[in-house]
Amino acid sequence: MAKRRVMFTFPPDLITEPVIYTLGRKFRIATNIRRADVKEERGWAVLELDGKPEDIERGLEWVRSKGVRVDSISGDVLEG
Amino acid sequence: MSFVKGLRCRECGHEYPVAPTNVCELCFGPVEVVYEYEAISRVISREKITRGPLNMSRYKELLPVDGDIIDIGTGFTPLTRAKHLGKVLGLDNLYIKNDCLNPSYSFKDRVVSIAVSKAIEFGFDTLACASTGNLAGAVAAHAAEAGLQSYVFVPADLEPSKLIGASVYGPTLVAVDGDYDQVNRLCSELADRFNWAFVNINIRPFYAEGSKTLGFEVAEQLGWRAPDYAIVPVASGSLFTKVWKGWQELHSLGLIGPVRTGMYVAQAAGSSPVVNAYEAGKQEVRPVKPNTICKSLAIGNPADGRYVLKILAESGGGAVAVSDDDIVDGMKLLAQTEGIFAETAGGVVTAALRKLASKKVFPKDAVVVALITGAGYKTLEAVSGHLPPALHIQPTVTSFEEALQKRKAEGQSTA
Repeated sequence: MAKRRVMFTFPPDLITEPVIYTLGRKFRIATNIRRADVKEERGWAVLELDGKPEDIERGLEWVRSKGVRVDSISGDVLEG
Repeated sequence: MSFVKGLRCRECGHEYPVAPTNVCELCFGPVEVVYEYEAISRVISREKITRGPLNMSRYKELLPVDGDIIDIGTGFTPLTRAKHLGKVLGLDNLYIKNDCLNPSYSFKDRVVSIAVSKAIEFGFDTLACASTGNLAGAVAAHAAEAGLQSYVFVPADLEPSKLIGASVYGPTLVAVDGDYDQVNRLCSELADRFNWAFVNINIRPFYAEGSKTLGFEVAEQLGWRAPDYAIVPVASGSLFTKVWKGWQELHSLGLIGPVRTGMYVAQAAGSSPVVNAYEAGKQEVRPVKPNTICKSLAIGNPADGRYVLKILAESGGGAVAVSDDDIVDGMKLLAQTEGIFAETAGGVVTAALRKLASKKVFPKDAVVVALITGAGYKTLEAVSGHLPPALHIQPTVTSFEEALQKRKAEGQSTA
């Protein structure tokens, strides 16, 4: 089992879709939201994912394919 | 020993003892260093600081290092009165803080000197970072001085001059095939996997404190006051927030008067998430995919973006984005008025300054400070195609005179 901390940023058309719920169900990942802010035009959530490493990878690929931006919880680590 | 009280989450306020970590275990918010200011106030004074060394140790009471600060000659860079640029822009009291003059030619030496000092105190034997140039050089240089190993991850398409500028110090240089997002993702995973001091990940709270020294020096060099306005290049936003924090600390310790500085963000239009949020009146930054010649500011998802927006609101400042053409013009303008050859981030700041001055944002006699954070030799390719070619002559006086006449005629025809 592995844990991964990530930030999801949702585009407006996905605000009403249960993306995190589906991620958990479809890929057998426990999702634990620590902070979030969802408004009409956009939303973000900082969460921890707990599951098999390969399930987390596949799950994150699926989330990205839906149009959700997936980032490190600390923002970009690449610097000038 | 330092005057550090501990770490505190910037979101939920939960406090932690000093440790190599950058996130709150409860809410995953970023943590920052907090100090025992009352104890500091008993030992610090303008006189004591003035008598101190002309390097990072000058402000040691306000830095999170217990032992000696690893020093390769960083800090106390010139604050130059920019008379000629000021004349062009209609500003009587314009100053350039010239951080091109740090040992690895950028302000990153400030943050890395603190990060490496702290990494040694934590017992790490390896430094690491992911960088598009400046940070790579600073990490590799400080690792060399400290006798640590270093791993520097860069995007594989980075300009050769930047690769050389880092690899000369002897790190393990890793060129990653992939876009910025992929490099970011990889390095976050590596930071979890390897027990290294990733300067801007697990050491970030301490690393970021080094930027305060830019603010401390500006205040001291202005005769113990904060400027009326500051123009700061923004990538992750850490420099911006820490310069502000530095001035607030000096004020709270009675070393300067109230801080009434209008803080201005300068970004490249091709990577301007903070400017976008400011202009849209948002309190959160929406990540973007960077596309600009200014790679040192090409951060699409700035870690401190929301804190920058808070300071903009608090200080009554603003945010300006400039095009790549403006960046090149800005680099040339700064070089040709003040003799300071800055990298593209300096072009961003100068171009932003010009834009703000043309809108008469600053009163003519206001004390305006522009932070120039890296040297132009790092980004020669940005200006190389935008300068007149050399006069190519034979080794005779006649040949020179002919070429000169031709150049003057060309100048007149294009004037």
